This record gives sequence, structure tokens and C-alpha cells, in this order.
Amino acid sequence: MNSRPLDFVPASEFKRRAAEAVADQHLRKSFRGAMDFLIAKRAAQFPDPAALERQRVLAEQIRQYSLARLPDLLEQLERKLTENGVQVHWAENAQQANRIIIDIARRHAAKLMVKGKSMVSEEIELNHAMADAGIEALESDMGEYIVQLDGEKPSHIIMPAIHKTKLEIARLFAAKVPGAAYTESVDELIGIGRAVLREKFMTAGIGLSGVNFAVAETGTLCLVENEGNGRMCTTVPDVHIAITGIEKVVEKLEHVPPLFGLLTRSATGQAITTYFNMISGPRKAGEKDGPREMHLVLVDNGRSQAYADEQLRSTLQCIRCGACMNHCPVYTRIGGHAYGTTYPGPIGEIFSPHLLGLAATHVLPTASSLCGACGEVCPVRIPIPELLIRLRGDAQHAVRPGRVALRGQGAARSRLVDAVWSGWAALYSRPALYRAFGWLATRFRLLTPPMQSGWTVSRTPLKPAKRTLHEEMANR
Amino acid sequence: MSARDNILQRLRAAPSGTPPLSPDVRAWQALSRGGMASAARAARVDLFCEKMAFWQAEVVRVTRDDWPAQLRTLCAAKGVRSLLYGEDTEQAAALLAAGIGGLQPYDRAIDDWKQDLFENIDASFTSTRGGIAETGTLIIWPDASEPRLMSLVPPIHFALLDAAKLYDTLLDAMIEQGWSGGLPTNALLVSGPSKTADIQVTLAYGAHGPRELIVLLLVDEEQTA
Repeated sequence: MNSRPLDFVPASEFKRRAAEAVADQHLRKSFRGAMDFLIAKRAAQFPDPAALERQRVLAEQIRQYSLARLPDLLEQLERKLTENGVQVHWAENAQQANRIIIDIARRHAAKLMVKGKSMVSEEIELNHAMADAGIEALESDMGEYIVQLDGEKPSHIIMPAIHKTKLEIARLFAAKVPGAAYTESVDELIGIGRAVLREKFMTAGIGLSGVNFAVAETGTLCLVENEGNGRMCTTVPDVHIAITGIEKVVEKLEHVPPLFGLLTRSATGQAITTYFNMISGPRKAGEKDGPREMHLVLVDNGRSQAYADEQLRSTLQCIRCGACMNHCPVYTRIGGHAYGTTYPGPIGEIFSPHLLGLAATHVLPTASSLCGACGEVCPVRIPIPELLIRLRGDAQHAVRPGRVALRGQGAARSRLVDAVWSGWAALYSRPALYRAFGWLATRFRLLTPPMQSGWTVSRTPLKPAKRTLHEEMANR
Repeated sequence: MSARDNILQRLRAAPSGTPPLSPDVRAWQALSRGGMASAARAARVDLFCEKMAFWQAEVVRVTRDDWPAQLRTLCAAKGVRSLLYGEDTEQAAALLAAGIGGLQPYDRAIDDWKQDLFENIDASFTSTRGGIAETGTLIIWPDASEPRLMSLVPPIHFALLDAAKLYDTLLDAMIEQGWSGGLPTNALLVSGPSKTADIQVTLAYGAHGPRELIVLLLVDEEQTA
């Protein structure tokens, strides 16, 4: 059942996939409907704009405060977790993170790992690495289970199977779940998933989860969910491995409520989720359940690159609510798969370049009309449009003095574009030359080519006017 | 150098800029209350009940004397044949005296009866450490006598909540109960039965955890009406 997971398709083929997605009426209808639903539900949770703004400002402050002390907080978190009996591991990249998890699984001779929702595990392609190591990694969030069953990847960070209709899932379950009868009832479909996965929770040797907030002062990992699969994964198996990006830490427990309240309201328009799971350690002596062993894997994987730049650091304020994608006109039209990266939509456009380098991702920051909706809804006030413009520049130019070069800096640089701009700068800064150019361009306007590269793909060709504006003004 | 050293070194090498102010979460909460004192107890109880109903949880108002009998009636009405409870709790004696059929203590480590717990227990009964009115939320504090899985595995979960332990907000509960001074292995907030909207954004209950959550809300005699 758990076929080898797909690799992500390269981000560089973004334009082709986007064109295909835009032509898929069925997909567009699914996303439009779901995004409209989520937009309305979020809006209903924030009736008072002033109160929302106060909370956003506080949330931004909490995230910036935490990031400013990040290395100290990570050490404090490690110390507290270690005191609580949790083993803390550090991984600089995906390979190291996968190796740590596979080693733990091997030590316990585990055949099956049940997984709660974790975008970091998607980011490091953990399922793939586990399959290569001969260990089954089974997604247990209903949406994740559905996309894994179909050999796909999530198309949204909060609602992984949002691109699929009920009928597609009905056919998928009947075909792929042993013994499942065909049904179009959502309750019955969820019942089928529940039965299959409960069996797996009971037998799995390892449970893996993500982390929404890691609290340094108490050594506590907080998980946000509605289904209860996260609690199953972190409580039933003998070993619990939590995995998180290094940016998720906050200093104090009381920093959590404002962030948590914004996260669930922004994500799905819920005032709170069914479960908020605060885990501070493995089973203690005398306790009757919970894992006997607990690990936390702290993953960098490019985050320290964003951290090194004061402007780009705000990328790490993200609490992964998905509101930016829900409100993005581009995401709504092309869906999550077209991006080809773990994190789609506006947050993916500013985050993926640090994970994968600009050479592979330089096209992503251009997948925006810069309408500003993402920045406006972001609960932690990440200036997403500004970061998109910044990354477009970094993709085109060499590093500016005083800044550190990004991985893939200048990867989208084109000699032709550089030459055009240098030519234009030379022309524009010399009045005599500029007047001569204006005279020639207007007199020989009929020679302008009808095909003008990218411009004419969806626009009429540019053609100079009969007379320059200067001439028209002089003759007025 | 280890991965840890490399990561910390990169982070420490980054420019520190102007250090942001320490966030004042309590001032924000005072402001969002609009400068008013926290809600009166009766209003808090009503808000809690309204929010819990929104999450599809059932709230039954009970008293200190009649809750075991009410629980017995509820169990009978729901066809509960086995009810899991915690030994060594304040409520255990009253539960045992109530004549509820199929009472079963969580008296062994999970390793010894995992399959039995998953397949043969209809419902569980747990205490709570309090509740949150703003969101309709139970604070559950599992320990050796009331383990973590009690509020997760059985299809029906009965939770006893003292209305005197209702707080306006999560932050209030955290501060007044002094959570940062010591958390259990696994503290939980529970708002309704388990649910999912992962199939075509259609809400379905009983995803992986309980299908039903019934809150037995302990109120003073005159408030039960």
C-alpha cells in the first residue's frame, strides 16, 4: 500500500505546471471553493479589526523577540528537555535528520512508524528515506493518509487533500484499502480511515510528530490538531520522535496563547482546535502509558541562511497557518502541487529559496502579482511582498556589499537582461543621446518587431508613439 | 565540529540588530478585555456551555451529590457496557458506589492490555483540572492514576468539571494555576470530540479519538435548573 513516495518535481518547471493547472477547470473549482470557505471562516473569527491588529503586533513581537534570542533559547530548550528525559538531536540538513531518525528506528528494530502531521518531515523527504531503509512510514492525519494512499504529496500545508473531491476519495478507498466497500458518505469514509489507522497505532514501534511551538522555559513541545492522530502518535508507540525547524522555539509558556489563538483562527477559522497537546517528556516511573523514549530532532536545513540576514529573518516568524496561500490569487488558481516544493503559496515562495537555493527556486518569488493580500492576513506580520521583491533581486544580481550571498545568488541572471538595462541606463543618463533615441524610435516605429519575447505571450506588442511626449508638449 | 556547534555558531554569527522589547502578554490581555473585570461566574458558565455546544460536546449540569447517578443514567442511555476509570482519584469511591455497570480501572501499564483498551472499552471517565470559557475547553492533566489514553482511545469520554475552576481565557488558566512552575508529562486542552474536515471540507466527528465528549459540569444546587 505504501508505495515509494514521489520526489518533489523540480521548482524550475513551475511555469509549465502552472499553465497545466490553470487549464484544469476541475482543480480550479476545488481550490476556489475551498479557499473561499476558509477565507470566510477566518474573517468571521476577526470581527474587530483593531483587536486583530493588536494581537498581530503582539504576535510579531513574540516571534521577533524569540528569534533575536534564538541560539540561547535553543540551548535552554535542550537543557530543559534533557532534564525532562528527552534526547535532543541537531541536524544541519535533510540527510543528517533522516539518518538520526533511521538510526533510532533501527535501534528499536521498528518496522512501522506512524506519523502525525509534520511539514518538516515532508521537507526532508523522510518517508522516502525510511522506505529506502526498509521501514514503513505511514501518515495518519486523514488528509495526509489520503494523499499518501494515492502516491501524492500534500497540496496545502493545513488541508493536504484539498485538491481531491469526495468521489475521488471514495474510489481511492474502494481500490486501495483492503476490505473497504465503496461509499460516498464522508462519515463512512472517515470511519474506514479510523479503523485502518487505529490498528496501525496499536502495532507501530515508533510515532513521529511535528511541533507547533517549543517552549524553552519548561521544555515543552506543543502540538495543535483536531483529529487526535497526533496524540495517538505521541502516546501509543514505545518511542516518540518529534521533529521541528529550529525557528519554532519561544521563551515562555505565556507567549503561546496569543500565537495559538491566531494560528487556529487564521488557518481554519476555529477559535481553538479539538486538541492542544503539551508534551514535556516520556513516560515517568509509575505512569501507565506514554512513550518510554522520546527524542527531538532540531533541523536547520537552510533556516540559518534566512537568519543571517536581518530582512530575510522575518521569514522565520512564520507559524504555518496557511492564511497567505488561502488568500493568494495565484495559489487559488494553480493549487499547491504546481509549486513543486514542500511549502506552496507565498510562504513557500519566500522560504523555499533558503531550503533549496535560488538556482532551483528563483522562479517562485515571481509567482505573485504583489497584490499584498498575503502580508495583510499574515498573523505574525511577515512582510511577504517585500521579501518577494528582495528575493527577485537576489536571483538577478550579485550580492550587495555588506550582505552575505544567498545560496544560488544571481542564479537567474541573464546577460541579455543585464545588457538591456546597462544600455538603458547609459541612454537615460545622457540627454542628447536620449533625445536622439526618442527621435529615431518614433520615426522608425513601424520597424518594432511584432514578437517581443515574454511581453507578447499575453500582451499586444509595444510600439512607440508617432511623436515623443517632449515633441507633443513643445507643439501644444 | 558537531551539527549542534555548527548551527549555533551560524546563529551567533548573525547580526543582532536592535533587540526587540520583551512581549507583554498580560497587558495585551488586559486591553483585549476592554479594561473590564473578568466575567462573573454565571456568565462564564453560560459562555462555556455555549462554546462547548458549538464543538458538539454535550454539557450536563450536575451537583456534588447527584453526578454519579447522572453518569449512571447517561451510561445506560448510551449503551455503555464498559467504563474505564482511574483508581486512587477523588471520584473513585463515589463511582464505585453508584452502581454503574462494567466499571473497569486503568490499573495496568498499557503494554499489558493495548488491544483490549482499543477494542473493548466503550467509554471513559476522567476528572479535569479546569476549563476555559472563551473557547469551550477542558484542561486535562493526566497522571499515574488517570493516564493519557483515557481521554483519547475510548469512543465516549465523560469529563467531570468543577464550574468553580472555569477561567475566562487560556492565559488566565496558565497564570492562575502556575503551569510554568511544573507541567505533567502530557498536559492537554480538549475542545469537543475528535473531528476532521479533510474530505472536501466536510466536518466529520470521531476521526481518531472519541466520537462523543460529555462534560459533567459541577455547579451549585441553584444553578442546575
